[in-house]
Amino acid sequence: MNFFVAIQQQAPEGFVPVAPGTLVEQIPAAPLVMASYAFFLLLMLFYLWTIWRRIGKVEGEMQALERRKSGSK
Amino acid sequence: MMKKIFVPLALVTAAMFAYAPYAINNVAYQSTMLLVQKIFYFHFATWMAMTAAIAVCGIASVIYLFKGSRAADWYGVASAELIVVFGLFGLFSGSLWGRKAWGVWWQWDARVTMATMIVLVFLGYIMVRKYGGPGSEKLAAAMGIFGAATSPFVYKSVDWWRTIHPQTSVVKELGTTFPEAARLVWFCVAAFLLLTVLLLAARVRLEAMRSKLDDMYLAAED
Repeated sequence: MNFFVAIQQQAPEGFVPVAPGTLVEQIPAAPLVMASYAFFLLLMLFYLWTIWRRIGKVEGEMQALERRKSGSK
Repeated sequence: MMKKIFVPLALVTAAMFAYAPYAINNVAYQSTMLLVQKIFYFHFATWMAMTAAIAVCGIASVIYLFKGSRAADWYGVASAELIVVFGLFGLFSGSLWGRKAWGVWWQWDARVTMATMIVLVFLGYIMVRKYGGPGSEKLAAAMGIFGAATSPFVYKSVDWWRTIHPQTSVVKELGTTFPEAARLVWFCVAAFLLLTVLLLAARVRLEAMRSKLDDMYLAAED
């Protein structure tokens, strides 16, 4: 607790320029950009798979119904 | 007609989506956000695709509610699903972008909150269709109309309530401030709109088949 208080106390008043050469990226952007595009790809593949699976299921049901109908004749 | 153009359209769309990451990688960084701004190209395009799907759902819902057209109902339910899919990606990509640009994963600003609400409205549409029982089609169509009526408010929310989300003017001025990015973002929008047409066609086909199956069951009972 005292450690964090000490850090806060050391912070300078107001805005001061960063020392040259010390500017670093705080949050890396590359993983966020890659995650965004990867998620889109996975979401589309998953969605296409669900459509394909549902169409297959309905087709299967149609064929089963046709078979039942022709069997009962 | 859609059957004839589906495969060529799918090939064109696939080529556009294959080229898009290459073009996004090569476009210059935006001056303040640098690399993370590259999320914008698919992020904005997905909201445009969602807006197109909302327009389809709204129009189809009106036609179904007042004319009782079966085909309009197929388009309504198909587009509602697309709205949720594109909305999920829009919220997810926005969250990733916000993590870097705003320093937080989530911000309850007007645009983000209203976009979430509109996705929830159409998620509700799908749930009503799935679990609502007989007559749920009409109830869902009414939800579709009100969901569509909300979309202009979502679009203008960033201008009416100033928060940290960029305003609509960013895209309008892109042609003069960053022409290279403007060309690319409209290319991505075109790719997403083509994808919307293809997914909608596939999803409408599924609804048409389900409708035919229902007819077959009814005929078998007679």
